[in-house]
Amino acid sequence: MALPPLDSLQWKSPLRAFAWGMSSVASTVLTLVLFATYLGIGALAHDSGFSLAWVLGSTLLVWAGPAQIILISTLGSGATAVQAAIAVTVSAIRLFPMVVSVLPLMKTPKTRRRHLVLATHFIAVTLWVECYRLLPKVPRERRIAFTHGLGCGLVTVCMVATTLGYGLAARLPPLFGAAILLLTPLAFLLSTARNCRQISDVLALALGLALFPLISMLHTGVDILISGIAAGTIAYGAHWWRERARA
Amino acid sequence: MSEFLGSPHALLILVLAGFLPNEIWRMAGLWFGAGVDEGSEVLVWVRAVATAILAGVIAQILVQPPGVLADVPDWLRYGAVAAGFAMFMLTWRSIFAGVVAGEIVLVAGKWWLG
Repeated sequence: MALPPLDSLQWKSPLRAFAWGMSSVASTVLTLVLFATYLGIGALAHDSGFSLAWVLGSTLLVWAGPAQIILISTLGSGATAVQAAIAVTVSAIRLFPMVVSVLPLMKTPKTRRRHLVLATHFIAVTLWVECYRLLPKVPRERRIAFTHGLGCGLVTVCMVATTLGYGLAARLPPLFGAAILLLTPLAFLLSTARNCRQISDVLALALGLALFPLISMLHTGVDILISGIAAGTIAYGAHWWRERARA
Repeated sequence: MSEFLGSPHALLILVLAGFLPNEIWRMAGLWFGAGVDEGSEVLVWVRAVATAILAGVIAQILVQPPGVLADVPDWLRYGAVAAGFAMFMLTWRSIFAGVVAGEIVLVAGKWWLG
């Protein structure tokens, strides 16, 4: 399925742009990955004794797979709400650089912050990667409507998957659990690799993978943050040095 | 109906311990990101950091696997991801082919080990 050309009249209506965003959900394999991941989250919530409304609410409001898995497993194992909140917030720090880097693609000179609140809520790995792939094919003044459509489409798919997983929990084979848990690193790795545009991105990915196991030996509690900022900054330094050598 | 909703207390915990600590980083990103221009050099650095943090998340799941993934031997986990990445490169960056190849290696390996 291809989007209409940038100068097509179809982009005149924001509602049409929303619909194109929603149907773009069918154009990416990451939708399948999300579907399977949320089957797993639904099943995990069921087995940990949460209500269906609770886990559906977590999909809608939290909208970040790793944070939901952490929340369910920490609360399910008897941790306090404060302990769970700390674990969730540490895992969510990655959302900050994602939002900062992708929002400039969506705004026009007339865009106010409040227009971006809902689009910002939808940003997680999948939307981050898909925005880089799809937004250049969307006229700038329709990008927020398009992102709203894409986000609503993905959330809907995941709400269905959460419900199914919750209902099927007891009937899922054990091998299925391991296969679902491998999906996240596999899909994150490949979609990030495809998302690399500059040498700094490739370096950041490779260095980030290599540095984490070393830094995790320090057990700081924020190992991912330390290795991420270090690897990202070294990668940026290489980019900066190369640009300067070229100039 | 009450079985569907569960306890109001649990729903309150969801908002306080799940929604707010997660969403605060998105809204902080909105606060800073809305003022940055697309061509800005700072974005190259922010993108690199976002990519590297994501790489850390990937490495963490592989090195310190959660739940039943921990029952899969290390070599099989790394092997499955390596096979997925190799297939991804061989198919001119098809995420679908890579994910399927990695999953097949994992499931076949686990089945073969019994």
